[in-house]
Amino acid sequence: MDPVLLARIQFGLTAAFHFLYPPVTIGLAWLIVYIGWRYLRTADPEYETMMAFWIKLFAMLFAVGVATGITMEFQFGTNWSTYSRFVGDIFGSPLAAEGVFAFFLESTFLGVLIFGRRRVSRGFYWFSTLMVAIGSTLSAFWIIVANSWQQTPTAYRIVGEGAFRRAELTNFLAAVFNPSTLPRYTHTVVASILTGAFFMAGIGAWYLLKGRHREFARRSLHIGLAAAAAASLLILVTGHLHSEQVGLTQPAKMAAFEGLFRTEQGAGLVIWGFPDAANQTVRLRIAVPRLLSFLLYFDPNATVAGLDQFPREDWPPVELSFYPYHLMVLLGGWFILISWLGLLLGKRRFTNRTFLWAVLLSLPLPWLSLELGWMAAELGRQPWAVYGLLRTRDAVSVVVPAEQVLATIILFVLIYSALLALLIFLLVREIARGPASPAHVPAKEVAR
Amino acid sequence: MSHALLQNIWFLLIGVLLTGYAILDGFDLGAGVLLPWVARNDRERRMVFHAIGPFWDGNEVWLLTGGGALFAAFPHVYATVFSGFYLALMLVLFALIFRAVSFEFRSRVESPRWRAFWDGALCVGSLVPALLLGVAVGNVMRGVPLTADMEYAGSFFTLLNPFSLLVGITGLAMFVTHGAVYLMNKTNGAVAERARKWALRGWFALLILTLLTGAAARWDAPARFQGKPALIWVLPALVLLFMAATRVFLAQHHPGKAFLTSSLTIGGLMALFGAACYPYLLPARNVVDIAGYQGLSIFNASASQLTLLTMLIIALIGVPIMLAYTAYIYRIFRGKVVLEEEGY
Repeated sequence: MDPVLLARIQFGLTAAFHFLYPPVTIGLAWLIVYIGWRYLRTADPEYETMMAFWIKLFAMLFAVGVATGITMEFQFGTNWSTYSRFVGDIFGSPLAAEGVFAFFLESTFLGVLIFGRRRVSRGFYWFSTLMVAIGSTLSAFWIIVANSWQQTPTAYRIVGEGAFRRAELTNFLAAVFNPSTLPRYTHTVVASILTGAFFMAGIGAWYLLKGRHREFARRSLHIGLAAAAAASLLILVTGHLHSEQVGLTQPAKMAAFEGLFRTEQGAGLVIWGFPDAANQTVRLRIAVPRLLSFLLYFDPNATVAGLDQFPREDWPPVELSFYPYHLMVLLGGWFILISWLGLLLGKRRFTNRTFLWAVLLSLPLPWLSLELGWMAAELGRQPWAVYGLLRTRDAVSVVVPAEQVLATIILFVLIYSALLALLIFLLVREIARGPASPAHVPAKEVAR
Repeated sequence: MSHALLQNIWFLLIGVLLTGYAILDGFDLGAGVLLPWVARNDRERRMVFHAIGPFWDGNEVWLLTGGGALFAAFPHVYATVFSGFYLALMLVLFALIFRAVSFEFRSRVESPRWRAFWDGALCVGSLVPALLLGVAVGNVMRGVPLTADMEYAGSFFTLLNPFSLLVGITGLAMFVTHGAVYLMNKTNGAVAERARKWALRGWFALLILTLLTGAAARWDAPARFQGKPALIWVLPALVLLFMAATRVFLAQHHPGKAFLTSSLTIGGLMALFGAACYPYLLPARNVVDIAGYQGLSIFNASASQLTLLTMLIIALIGVPIMLAYTAYIYRIFRGKVVLEEEGY
């Protein structure tokens, strides 16, 4: 077996699985901060009930996020040691900063959320939700800094030869705020909020459909939809800024996203189609004329570089970049539609069963769009591990035998599938059990 | 600051992070290993889960931050160790995954079989790292085969040599003792009684194993003794002093003081390990020349001066804040565990 392919499969699987958790916890964390704030202001016990319920679900999602996150921290060294040597001088600092500034904050204060309700004041309890939210959002910042440097490396010089060849840092802040950091970070954070918002709204919709926990459900649906409405528009804005940046700094990736094989003046924006890299064409292409040129350069007649500008060996996999990117964009449209429809429906959003079903069925879609966006970003970066500097095939560990990687892939698949199944089972169980008012917790709960 | 000074500072800081990990996650690893032996029924086991529940995650971050700092400050060491010790690290990783979810999953279902499964996950998930981290330390002490390109040249089984296994068992005894002393502080009744018995047993095992490891190192890792100043003998003397004090405090029923001296014992052992290896982070067992050194040292495997300086600034800003709120949260949860409806 090809050790590079195996290492890529393992990294892809473990990263895709890990990426299911941090975004939803970031989104939920901020919604919990909001609910906690309402509770502090109004002392309405319904908000306390909501906090307890969402913190319970949050803690389970967070635990699997932590467990699978350790894998990511190890894996650069275990499977990509040549990469680690090459980028360590720059890539390691954000990972260490993530530990110091983010991981400690979120994990320490999460202990207060789970165990400390009777030990701290209401104000401090709320402060702890805020610290968890800030910690998880900072964590996203540092990991996206590291990943963005792979995409658009800046502030480095290449030194050394052979095993000692590496990129050395020349300016820390310039490396942190490389051209893609802010577009990617803002886009990911609003997508995270959207994921948490649809999770909250979807569960609220389910209770309303079942006619259970009405007050809880109405408030959850309301808060979730309002956050989703704001986030879905911000996703459009940040997505646009991010695409502009990709067009400017990673033109081959943009060409693959759009299936643009030939450089074009006044290039159109593809809505859908079926790219065929072998014949260098997009079949059944539906496009808005000149819109890509306009969006990227604010000029309908601007020239957009096609894949013909790049040697074939530097092309990203066109189909694997194109489909995830376009599916993600279409899903983005759906999020705007459904959340704004909810706001327009007014009070009927709590009773219209078709709408409630649509919200419930949309619950998993933000996860899908996150995964698709991540695939587009990372497959579109290929064939490079560090854009233009280090090829993926040259980045793997040289000493790890392929059969050991195959063995760990099998173990990861087994363990992660079991974790996901158990987590879904437990989440569904808790959701079916429903929120319990902390003031009168059932006797069974006390006896646990 | 000169490059060499920064390299030395980062050697020390990585040592501090790993020592913090050994002391803090050490007690919850030890308590996890002891779970089936100190807690016999569901109520007692919940007590143990509650004793470590609010802290284990923050404690484990010391390891993650230590790993990140090693990546940033000494990228070649990170790359060589993590790829070279591939299977061993994957075992630690799978153990940590099971352990991490056991805390959240266990309490969610009332079935005894479900709970027994996650009790087992916590115990084994704590045992594997508690043992293998020591095995890794043992291998670093005796050195591993390296190529001139800084790559590991052994196999998985090279790591399982008698000396490293001895260090692994010593580390396990250290964590178990520490975890038992911790449980004496945080629990009541039968659990605390049993924890005391395990603390005494663990203490005796640790004493014997530490002396054995010292003697075996003389024979299997002689390079760690060469060219050291005589002052280094202060460290083993201190370790023995802290261990003696722990025994006295256990006899006098002062678990709080015993926890302090047990922590100092771990700190002393880690300092001894660091001093013995300096300036190496991963010495070579074979004869090899890596940019003038016989292995990966702080001088041939480090990041650039600018990165080390930047990281130092990050540490100086972040670590004091982190220590302050960590101490505050520990204060909030001080005292013995009281089982209530919240938590696990």
